[in-house]
Amino acid sequence: MQTLTNRAKLVDRKPMTAMEKIYLWNILKGMIITFKHIFKKKATIQYPEQKRSFSSVFRGLQILNRDEEGRERCTACGLCAVACPAEAITMEGAERLPGEEHLYREEKYAARYEINMLRCIFCGLCEEACPKDAIYLSQTFAPANYSREGFIYKKEDLLIPHPKENPEAYRKALGERKAKNN
Amino acid sequence: MDWAILLEKAILILAVVTVSLVIAMYATWAERKVAAVIQDRRGPNRAGPFGLLQPVADGLKLFMKEEIIPNSSSKFLFIAGPALAMITALMTSAVIPWGPAVNLFGRDINLQIADINIGMLYVFGVVSLGVYGIMIGGWASNNKFSLLAAIRGASQMISYELAMGLCLIAVLMLTGSLRLSVIVGEQIGGLWNVVYQPLGFMIFFVCALAECNRTPFDLPEAENELNFGYHQEYSSMKLGFYLFAEYINMFISGVVMSTLYFGGYDIPFVNEAQWGNAWWVGLVGFGVLMAKALFFVFVFMWIRWTIPRFRYDQLMNLGWKGLIPLALLNMVATAVVILLLNK
Repeated sequence: MQTLTNRAKLVDRKPMTAMEKIYLWNILKGMIITFKHIFKKKATIQYPEQKRSFSSVFRGLQILNRDEEGRERCTACGLCAVACPAEAITMEGAERLPGEEHLYREEKYAARYEINMLRCIFCGLCEEACPKDAIYLSQTFAPANYSREGFIYKKEDLLIPHPKENPEAYRKALGERKAKNN
Repeated sequence: MDWAILLEKAILILAVVTVSLVIAMYATWAERKVAAVIQDRRGPNRAGPFGLLQPVADGLKLFMKEEIIPNSSSKFLFIAGPALAMITALMTSAVIPWGPAVNLFGRDINLQIADINIGMLYVFGVVSLGVYGIMIGGWASNNKFSLLAAIRGASQMISYELAMGLCLIAVLMLTGSLRLSVIVGEQIGGLWNVVYQPLGFMIFFVCALAECNRTPFDLPEAENELNFGYHQEYSSMKLGFYLFAEYINMFISGVVMSTLYFGGYDIPFVNEAQWGNAWWVGLVGFGVLMAKALFFVFVFMWIRWTIPRFRYDQLMNLGWKGLIPLALLNMVATAVVILLLNK
């Protein structure tokens, strides 16, 4: 019979010979194969100590950005909330008071900014919509939590560390992709 | 009444039972490790160094679990099942010679709990009692899957015990005694029994796999067909006892195999008799027996993670049409050779 590929193998339907009926030889062959696997390289990654690196275009947890002087960039314009297809973003704007210039970059800022990580689909449309480069998706993912409330990320969970006060954590949070673009 | 002998035996019993339990405990760890390395994984390595505290954590978990006794079950038998499985698993160790006789505190101490003249028969009797643990557990659960699995287990054990017994008759013809210390003694003096009885050992080994309900003969458990078989209704430490009994059985059958066929505590090519009977000679002998037994335990695990389970008809075919005729042949051949050599 003509076979479709040269890898096709005919099934052998001959009755087993006496040697095969004892199974011993074939079991021994199998055992040699499994024994060889003992010395093979393990496929497992030791998770908390070793981590698989994400792709450079990985879209993870959102981060609220600051500028070089550590002022919040967000102006609570609401474009990210409008762009969000999952309606995960809620915010409340407030006016910057005199003396708060070192905290907020523009006259308006987000007093409350929440993302529901159970709703978020990590599509990155908020990042695209933002005119102020205030929100972007990092290369970490939302860790597990015990309650639903824990998945509603508040401003203090989302805000990037201060670049002047804590430069190391800032650079770490910025991630590879953002650092390259800046 | 010699109180010293009572004390000596009590200490020995305590030591042997403790050793069996600890080895069974770590056999669960070893099983997971062996499974992992064979499948290119790492296995438990979080609890303690190399995951060595894993069995402790597992045991603790089993104790903490809710104890469920089904309403429709027969309560007394439901509890008696795992207890019986455990007791019979531990009882076999009583007649095993664990090492050469040693001289301690001016007394000659025999490293054997009971040197009875029907040692091998006793092992057989206790091993076949082991099926009651499964039968009672399966029946008392009042669950048709458990019952089916238990019946399967019982018929499997009975079938394979026959071939096992026939192999032992050949060993008996070689040594002329059922006393296990004599069997070991003869092998220390001469060659190991496995040299005279390679076929007998192979059959014995296959039957031992079946007796311990290990793959490829783990039909009573058959995770994917019978939902864990006879211990389906069991939870908490009662389940733990069943699983534990399996590992103790494995260890004990490794010990029995090394005693019957591999010279017990004998070190090959070394004449230990000239070392006298200091305490450390006993310890070395015990270590050697342990090494042999643990090697068999490893082979049991290795086989489990290599080959799939037999179908039930294949199991019965192999037992009745394959192993029993072979064992009979082995027995007759041994008898004829012994007769011809006039040994």
